[in-house]
Amino acid sequence: MSELKTSPETKQSLHDWLVSDAPTSRRQAKLSSYYRAWLTLKSNPMAMFGLAILSGLLFIAAFAPWLAPADPFEQDLAARLLPPGEGGYIFGSDSLGRDILSRLMYGSRITLYIVALVALMAPIVGLFVGTAAGYLGGWVDVVLMRITDIFLAFPRLVLALAFVSALGAGIENAVLAIVLTAWPPYARIARAETLTIRNADFIHAIKLQGAGAMRIITRHIWPLCISSLVIRVTLDMAGIILTAAGLGFLGLGAQPPSPEWGAMISAGRKFILDHWWVVTMPGLAIFTVSLAFNLLGDGLRDVLDPKKNK
Amino acid sequence: MTNLLEVKNLCVNFPTRNGVVEAVRNISFSLGKERLGIVGESGSGKSMTGRAILRLIKKPGILTADYIKLEGQDLLKLSEREMRGVRGHKISMVMQDPKFSLNPVMRIGDQICEAYQLHSKVSRKEAVKKTIEMLEAVLIRDPERVFKSYPHEMSGGMGQRIMIAMMLIPDPQILIADEPTSALDVTVQKEVLEIMDRLVRERGMGLIFISHDLNVVSAFCDRVLIMYAGRIVETCRADELSNAKHPYTQGLLKSLPQLERRVDRLAVLQRDEAWRTAPSVSGIVEPERA
Amino acid sequence: MTTENNGGRRRELSSSQKFIKSVTPWVIGFWKTTFTVLITMVGLLCVTFIIGRVMPIDPVLSIVGEAASNETYQQAYRDLGLDKPIITQFFIFLWDVMHGNFGESLLTARPVSQDLIRVFPATLELASVGIIIGIVIGIPLGVIAAVNQGTWVDHIARVIALIGYSMPVFWIGMIGLMVLYGKLDWVAGPGRLDIFYVDIVPSVTGMILVDSLIAGDMTIFWNAVSHIILPAGLLAYYSLAYISRMTRSFMLEQLDQEYITTARVKGLSETSVVWRHALGNVKVPLITVIALSYAGLLEGSVLTETIFSWPGIGSYITTALLSADMNAVLGGTMVVGLVFVGLNIFADLLYKVFDPRAK
Repeated sequence: MSELKTSPETKQSLHDWLVSDAPTSRRQAKLSSYYRAWLTLKSNPMAMFGLAILSGLLFIAAFAPWLAPADPFEQDLAARLLPPGEGGYIFGSDSLGRDILSRLMYGSRITLYIVALVALMAPIVGLFVGTAAGYLGGWVDVVLMRITDIFLAFPRLVLALAFVSALGAGIENAVLAIVLTAWPPYARIARAETLTIRNADFIHAIKLQGAGAMRIITRHIWPLCISSLVIRVTLDMAGIILTAAGLGFLGLGAQPPSPEWGAMISAGRKFILDHWWVVTMPGLAIFTVSLAFNLLGDGLRDVLDPKKNK
Repeated sequence: MTNLLEVKNLCVNFPTRNGVVEAVRNISFSLGKERLGIVGESGSGKSMTGRAILRLIKKPGILTADYIKLEGQDLLKLSEREMRGVRGHKISMVMQDPKFSLNPVMRIGDQICEAYQLHSKVSRKEAVKKTIEMLEAVLIRDPERVFKSYPHEMSGGMGQRIMIAMMLIPDPQILIADEPTSALDVTVQKEVLEIMDRLVRERGMGLIFISHDLNVVSAFCDRVLIMYAGRIVETCRADELSNAKHPYTQGLLKSLPQLERRVDRLAVLQRDEAWRTAPSVSGIVEPERA
Repeated sequence: MTTENNGGRRRELSSSQKFIKSVTPWVIGFWKTTFTVLITMVGLLCVTFIIGRVMPIDPVLSIVGEAASNETYQQAYRDLGLDKPIITQFFIFLWDVMHGNFGESLLTARPVSQDLIRVFPATLELASVGIIIGIVIGIPLGVIAAVNQGTWVDHIARVIALIGYSMPVFWIGMIGLMVLYGKLDWVAGPGRLDIFYVDIVPSVTGMILVDSLIAGDMTIFWNAVSHIILPAGLLAYYSLAYISRMTRSFMLEQLDQEYITTARVKGLSETSVVWRHALGNVKVPLITVIALSYAGLLEGSVLTETIFSWPGIGSYITTALLSADMNAVLGGTMVVGLVFVGLNIFADLLYKVFDPRAK
């Protein structure tokens, strides 16, 4: 009996402890702020919908070999261009008789791989450039920010196209090209944050204790820049996916027979009028995933934007 | 003769996640052709009271009252459309900081003309003429130039005079002045107050003067309501303010520096939780039979 | 006006002002602007030059061919100036570009500059129609969403915008063609005109919609409309997503301002408060948003044009790219970059014209 009664109570008290107005430790305050953010996010059905889709995507990508009904590369020329549902192909088969569903499942790995790499590299490059410019100031700032502006002046896709064509087609080069075009906004954000932090009293205090520039930047400025960069990255994810898919579509990203979604659309283009599913399915996949990222990012921004938490 | 305005049991509530915040709690007061001061700290509900009279409480705020009668007519019973005929035309409001309360991308003259033309069907030419007159009335030199200027080109004192001109041009009966001088330099505060005072008296208007500044209120108003935590804790004639009985008012008075008497250390206001829960004092004054 | 912190309210940068600062670094004096723009343009050329030089494709081989003798190769190598130091090469490149010389296209065997002049109006036409539709729908959508913040109207506007952000434009273009042209035949197919209308009206601006109106040929005008409506509509959707979201957030910020209360105190109707007073203030930052999304459309046109066989700068670049026609790629990239910078400056100028405080 007592077991049954305490369980909801401990849950309740944990909730109370987390939403307490007067946290007693730094850990509680921190956990509490995360918990509140989570509560706000949870109350946003659209963001939760996005989160659910992305969790599903992660699951599919992780367990693709077990989930996929067929080998994504196995060709069956006798079963070319079968419509969805026919011959055991749930999403139909492509021009080489490969199972589209299985290819999409394996393709999710490529999409996540590209997104993860870009989302890691671009903000880091931006962080380096931005904090260096902001902290060191003077001519370093001028030069770095000028370079940032120059990259910002290029339209992203066009610059990425030019880079890939120079570097050669392929996933890694596509990632590199996207990173090269994606870092400037992060540098701007990191610089702005650095400028505000740099003159804070606690930085002066640390300086008086004898900390050097490297230590201040890595230990004190970087951690404080992270949160604004994370928001921006989440909002940029969908854009990264679309750019990657665009490069794949133009034949500059992943190369056949890789089941990259953009490349699949490109391959199905010839058959679109009579075999709609070959193009429609991978397009829907791209759309769904980037919509999920957008929904989540939009919700996260509402949660994390301090201006709206008044 | 009746009061211009009578407010009975006015409440303004803001529902939040952690319960309802009661900004104004059951206050009642009246306004004749007089200058009524409302004093209190920030958060005491004095500004909310001003806005509630105009029914301009922003969402999610909820306004309730037994009635808000303007010359016997209950404003709460009016439709939003009819209420728009009251705003500006019958009751107007001057706000704290002209930097924020004037539209930054509209010419000053256009903003004033707009207020005038909204309530009187006149030609643009007539409105311009009237606007220039009004700018002269608030002692603005070179009104033609000011007419064509933008708010950011004006000083704070000028801005507030323009605001007064804009709010008085439709000839309202009541002016609510919500901390009209707090954002101004001390040197121009008096000037702006004098202009406002003169215009209000000349036109036989009622004035509700909301301020946190006891000195200004006692010098400038006829009667004072003192608010604390959304309630009226005391009401008295302005010239008798120094004899106020409520400990909160006394505390406020004591915390002010004074010229006549040397005080080594200004008192810090001691608050009593009982003030918060005590019932509101009525600020209604029966009009004298003339 | 005193900026002193008088009433306990500091004049902070509003989010729209922050936005302006974050996207147009050159909201500053004229000379500084000119200087910044010059530096940016030279930098732009520098980046293009570097991309061109690290190309794994040997530019000499693509001219003389695989079978050429060593002597012919060396001759071509010198003709291209590749024997000179890299910095000299850069200045020669700079000099050429300043004289409008982007080299010759391998594919069309014509000077790249001529090609660009020929294809640019098509892109301009597409992007302009797109942005006009985007503005006409996007701004009201954003305003309505802001006024109805938190209601279902707001949510619908949000979903519409997010879908626009999430759509792979090349895919939806193909689906649109398949359904609206292939199955339903509501719009015309790829290209700018039906084949039998091509080259009938004299080219004045290079934009067929305008040229056909000048020539007074309504048949061709409507034919051009039926061709442009789908690709421009897609671009418009993309831009209206951005414009409506930005309009919404700017409006929310303005609706919270004190002058809005003033307008209400005056007795103005909600319509006047929103559309005259609030939108009047939003107009200024919106100019930058519109310029940016216009520039974004030039970029979006790369994929759209490929799908719709639209003979603009986007398909010019992609075709050149796929056939390793590096002069054409670089020339095209550079022109798009310059247009980008130009639009930014233009937005900045407009900003100064429309915002009385910026003078």
